[in-house]
Amino acid sequence: MKNITVIILASLTVSLSAQTADEILDRVDKNMSAENRVLESSMTIHGKRNSRTMTSKSYTVSDKKSFTEYLTPAREKGTKMLKLEDKLWIYSPSTDRTIQISGHMLRQSIMGSDFSYEDMMDDRKLKDIYTATIAGEEEIEGRNFFVLELIAKVEDVAYHSRKIWIDALRFVPIKEELFAKSGQLLKRTTLSDMQKVQGRWFPMKMTYKDMLKHGDGTEIHITAIKFNQDIPTYIFTKAALKQ
Amino acid sequence: MIKFLLKGILRDKSRSLLPIIVVSLGVFLTVLLSGWIGGVFSDMIDVNANFITGHVKILTRAYAENKNQLPNDLALLDVEELITNLNSDYPDMEWVKRINFGGLLDVPDENGETRAQGPAAGKAIDLLSPDSNEADRMNIVKSIVKGSIPAKQGEAIISDDFAEKFGVNIGEKVTIFGSTMNGSMMFKTFIVSGTISFGTALLDRGAIIIDISDAQLALDMYDGASEILGYFNEGGYVDVKADSVKASFNTKYSSVDDEFSPQMFKLRDQEGLDQYMTLADSMSGIMVFIFILAMSVVLWNTGLLGGLRRYSEFGIRLALGERKSHIYKTTIYEAIIIGFIGSIVGTALGLGAAYYLQENGIDFSSIMENVTMMFPPVYRAVVSPDLFYIGFFPGLIAMTLGNALAGYAIYKRKTAQLFKELEV
Repeated sequence: MKNITVIILASLTVSLSAQTADEILDRVDKNMSAENRVLESSMTIHGKRNSRTMTSKSYTVSDKKSFTEYLTPAREKGTKMLKLEDKLWIYSPSTDRTIQISGHMLRQSIMGSDFSYEDMMDDRKLKDIYTATIAGEEEIEGRNFFVLELIAKVEDVAYHSRKIWIDALRFVPIKEELFAKSGQLLKRTTLSDMQKVQGRWFPMKMTYKDMLKHGDGTEIHITAIKFNQDIPTYIFTKAALKQ
Repeated sequence: MIKFLLKGILRDKSRSLLPIIVVSLGVFLTVLLSGWIGGVFSDMIDVNANFITGHVKILTRAYAENKNQLPNDLALLDVEELITNLNSDYPDMEWVKRINFGGLLDVPDENGETRAQGPAAGKAIDLLSPDSNEADRMNIVKSIVKGSIPAKQGEAIISDDFAEKFGVNIGEKVTIFGSTMNGSMMFKTFIVSGTISFGTALLDRGAIIIDISDAQLALDMYDGASEILGYFNEGGYVDVKADSVKASFNTKYSSVDDEFSPQMFKLRDQEGLDQYMTLADSMSGIMVFIFILAMSVVLWNTGLLGGLRRYSEFGIRLALGERKSHIYKTTIYEAIIIGFIGSIVGTALGLGAAYYLQENGIDFSSIMENVTMMFPPVYRAVVSPDLFYIGFFPGLIAMTLGNALAGYAIYKRKTAQLFKELEV
């Protein structure tokens, strides 16, 4: 029995090591990316003085299009964001204005949270913009994780390098650290509450912390998520912002 | 004897004209440059005080740590109560609240979509209260290029550069997009009441100026402000007074354990102004020192030349029995009279020129279009009381010192050789 256990553990170790970093990222993308998805979430921003929670509904098609409508609180209700390719528009019901966000404003935080418009805009597959290497393996709370180090291979990325901890069985990231070219840690993300949705593992809770920002980070709870839905095409038009 | 010496000086122009011209020129330059440098430093300090630092400034401790990021989420709250307390504690000062904010300045087309936009550097001050001095303090009325300052809520002044670049006219709408104090999206549309040009890139680039009540509404800063600035009612910045106010305020209101407690900074603590003001304080002293040194050397030489020219005269006077000490004394008296006349003339001319520059100034705005530091576009001299003596005494001392050094040669003359020297 003891020998069998050793053989199983040894074979598992061999199988873990046998995968290349690109293969691991491919399997992560299969979980995290989809042709499209519709999700409802609540976002809690822990500021220095107070915490705020807002809910929203988002429609996303690959990494090209997304549409988000804020549902609560009253101050944010009706605010909508539309991303088409590399362009981003925001609609404000209070002023009935649609503003295109560009330039340095893309680096600003969304709704005071710990992620920026630039983070939201850059939804490309990691494999397409980073060169990945396996830095090691770690065991955390009884589960095995690959530790991947990613270095940007294109210029137009917000973070020069990343370090990602990926569940070795579910192929879902549980922690990510994002670095500037200087090596300074810019953001830290933790993902938890993994649930199987339509045959794929997906984190239902995410915590983002901008390391250069005061406050205790931003939590996102996904309250509903559906993959590969029939999303009406008019959603991804500027006309939909005013509806 | 004074009358006798004066007659000699006036009748023998070769003895007096050159030294008087040299002393006058030196004193003139000292007075003018002291007035000019004093004015330039004073202008820069005033501009910084009026726009950024106040004579003292109050921020929350947390805001002060990150002030370059304009972190309005860390701004002061309950400012009306604080200002009431400040008015009571420091009645000889004026207290004003301001909000600084950044974002995008967006110009809509006829469909309400973006026609043009650029980064905005917003400043909200009290423009609408009838007793507010803020518009004058920031020289807004004189800096208006088109239109007028806001007369009611919902109006804004924008940078004339921005208006020209994007074809924004008076009466058109612009929208500010940014973040509220709580981090929510801030959209606020204003009607452009005027365009402004301060002549300094730092102030003009993307500038939008609105009334503080509009900013409080748009940024969810009810009874909040980025900063409270304090100004002494009488005179300009006085470091000793500011130090005293700062110490008493921080003792009473500030706490290291509460990052949102207010903390006061004096002008000299901010924006690297301490180094600047130390330089300003020492500049006049440096100038006077250089002047006395340079003038003494020049006048020493002038005295030597005069001494050589008057070699025979001194010889005859010695031969006639006049004592060396008496000749030396009369030379010094002459120098004092010449120094006095030269200093009077130089001071009068210097004061006149400094006054002209005080009234008219020199406009450097054309060469400061891309300067991003806080410099005033027009520099003026200032006629301060010290200008009346700052050149006068050095002129007198330099002339006397120069002649004292040159006249010392009298003591080297030997009476026994006088007649031989004089070829009598």
